[in-house]
Amino acid sequence: MPEISLPASLQGVEAVRSVRTPAQLDYTFTAGDATTRFLKGITQKKIIGQQATPDSRVYVPPRGADPELGATTPIEVEVAQVGTVTSFCVVNLQFYGSGMEIPYTSALILLDGADLSIMHLIQEIPADQVRIGMRVEAVWRDDADIEPTLESIKWFRPTGEPDDVNVRIPGEKRGTGLGSWVGGVAPTELVVRNPRTGLGGTVADGGEG
Amino acid sequence: MRSVTDQTEAGEILSAPLIIEYPFKRTTGPIIGAFLTGLREQVFVGSKAEDGRVIVPPAEFDPVSGNDLTELVEVGSEGVITTWAWVTKPHAKHPLDDPFAWILVQLDGADTPMLGALKAGGIDAVATGARVKPVWAHEREGHIDDIAHWVLVDAEGEAA
Repeated sequence: MPEISLPASLQGVEAVRSVRTPAQLDYTFTAGDATTRFLKGITQKKIIGQQATPDSRVYVPPRGADPELGATTPIEVEVAQVGTVTSFCVVNLQFYGSGMEIPYTSALILLDGADLSIMHLIQEIPADQVRIGMRVEAVWRDDADIEPTLESIKWFRPTGEPDDVNVRIPGEKRGTGLGSWVGGVAPTELVVRNPRTGLGGTVADGGEG
Repeated sequence: MRSVTDQTEAGEILSAPLIIEYPFKRTTGPIIGAFLTGLREQVFVGSKAEDGRVIVPPAEFDPVSGNDLTELVEVGSEGVITTWAWVTKPHAKHPLDDPFAWILVQLDGADTPMLGALKAGGIDAVATGARVKPVWAHEREGHIDDIAHWVLVDAEGEAA
């Protein structure tokens, strides 16, 4: 870096090295019809998905259309408040605007009866014990604090049921890795190794462990 | 439980205020850093270009040759308006609540103008060529907001 010559008035004073440049977007979010119906269900402590036909995928949260069929989703289906963790992330960094105590876990949860995972927090279990396939249930706020927001569900917690080792990522042909060795049958397709248990892998790399 | 709805059954559509903020901080480098350090110390600095012109706020590179500029010099803290635009209805993120003028002010000893917000009694008080001076923020941290705003200076050198 070239040598900078400063005027006398700035010599010996502490130099500024960084500057705040926040970017703020301040607007009104309009939920639209599908999300409004979903959020009104939340105010009754119901989780309501939508589907295009009685046999097609149930979307939670719904966006009003089935992207596979290109059709609107007029059928409302209440799904269960228990589900299976299909993916998760342990957050170890505190970031601006977050009131969460670290480490905490953010997970994709496939509710029973739904074909799309929702993202939510996992609590009431140490972060390093959260795992794919774990069964979890919704924990709601007190009734007086229920509002039309997904935050009315405070978090999900383990149900204590056995893990669902056959859980699959919705829409994916591949397994999550957990169920691939059930019954000792080697996977014939690419699977994802579970980072906690080491289960999974591929036939090519020798399989389990 | 299944029920078929028509697409307008939701009734009143929900909406809510949403604010997304990215709390960026960025490093300034030595040249812009010196300019911001100057604001904190209530002085203006510019960079001396190869042709001798003084550029305020300072440029890191010579505008003609692209070479590094390394000589920072102090300029005056008053200047003249080179052009301006009157803001009739300030919005929430403007620096002043009342109607004001965006001005380009060329400081004494500088060869380029810089942007500022001029607090004035009205549009008729503003004129190209009028002298202005900064009103400094009480708490300064090395930020462009260290200049609270600019005001007109009358013929006797007093703030109008």
